[in-house]
Amino acid sequence: MSNDTYSLPKLPYSYDALEPAISKQIMELHHSKHHQTYVTNLNNALKTLSSSQNDIPAQIALQPVLRFHGGGHINHSLFWQNLAPPDSAEAQFSAAPKLTAAINATFGSEQAFRQKFNAALLGIQGSGWGWLVKFENEGGRIGIVTTKDQDPIVGAGEVPVFGVDMWEHAYYLQYLNGKAAYTENIWTVINWKTAEERFLGKQADAFTVLKASI
Amino acid sequence: MATTLFRQNAARSALRTLKPITGARAGLGGVTCTRGKATLPDLPYDYSALEPSISGKIMEVHHKNHHNTYVTSFNNFTEKLSTLSSSSDQSPQSIADQAALIPLIKFHGGGHINHSLFWENLAPKNQGGGELPSGALGKAIDEHYGGLDKLKEKFNAALAGIQGSGWAWLVQDMGTGKLSIVTLQNQDPVLPPLRPILGVDAWEHAYYLQYQNRKAEYFGAIWDVINWKAAEKRFK
Ligand SMILES: [Fe+2]
Ligand SMILES: [Fe+2]
Ligand SMILES: [Fe+2]
Repeated sequence: MSNDTYSLPKLPYSYDALEPAISKQIMELHHSKHHQTYVTNLNNALKTLSSSQNDIPAQIALQPVLRFHGGGHINHSLFWQNLAPPDSAEAQFSAAPKLTAAINATFGSEQAFRQKFNAALLGIQGSGWGWLVKFENEGGRIGIVTTKDQDPIVGAGEVPVFGVDMWEHAYYLQYLNGKAAYTENIWTVINWKTAEERFLGKQADAFTVLKASI
Repeated sequence: MATTLFRQNAARSALRTLKPITGARAGLGGVTCTRGKATLPDLPYDYSALEPSISGKIMEVHHKNHHNTYVTSFNNFTEKLSTLSSSSDQSPQSIADQAALIPLIKFHGGGHINHSLFWENLAPKNQGGGELPSGALGKAIDEHYGGLDKLKEKFNAALAGIQGSGWAWLVQDMGTGKLSIVTLQNQDPVLPPLRPILGVDAWEHAYYLQYQNRKAEYFGAIWDVINWKAAEKRFK
């Protein structure tokens, strides 16, 4: 087992770049504190795992911790990359022509898709994420998936196209209990260029961001 | 993509929520109801009364907005269920629709129960908040945990171990009478054979405006405003 450790990936924009959809204060805490904690705890869990090599009960006992903190690192790494400043070219729906076609074919229209995605986000009970997922093993169809806590999208052939963090820490300082407004405003900062690339790529391509943070 | 920016604030959504008619107090954990409807219970202290452990702003949003949403959603979903279940149409589709309402009723009903118990098991310092348990509960804590400090340590470790949203509870087994600490996810309520003695909300909304990611500080500070008298009353 290697002794590589993960590190916090740099944001591809400044903390205030997603305003007014997401405030600078939220971005700073979310990245430098919350995401950092997942990275730190993931590395600790991996260290313990590598020292438990011939101890299968200990390895199994570590799985929930690994899943939670590893999932937290994966999800946030993907999330930062699938966001972009609201007035950038990447934040325009037109930056994803192939994905747009698939969305229209699957959901009827961009509007209908957003409504469905937001309903899924607001239906999450407790902490979790909403994702648009491409299923490589099912003819490349796309679908909306919600996950609890930090469960990542890592199933066979599942490509996370983009995700939205629905933990309260993702919006609370700005929106308080008004999470519906957060789910509306998030659409102004979705990085459609990244979404298009992930949609056209394979699962491993989406996760290159993780290799970069080793 | 042209999306209007929504600027909803908590105060605004609070105004839209119905002011419940004050009804007769039901016995259980301060959960009140009026004409078959659950209602938001009044807090037994001011929003700012738990400062500095919990800020007035947190208490206000938590009670007026979060708790109230659980109440109104619970009423909404139980009403839907009762309409469906009293209809002459009991087709497979109707039954499926009824079954789909159960998790929503559990979530929002649990949210209402949990928060009602929570407000009651908190108290300002000048009303006995944080005062060490006496009587039967204090004795049980000493016997089972070796003192309040040991209990706090274990309870805080349980709180810190919650992955995602949830609650930690000191509970009593109705059969054996034994105390234990459990964590429950989201708004799952404490159900028999366990009896809730004391609960702490570990959702981020319970502390974020004041403590942000420093949740261990919130877990440390809450003990100053625990209403042990209320806990003692629940203990049998
Ligand atoms: Fe997050
Ligand atoms: Fe809540
Ligand atoms: Fe709460």
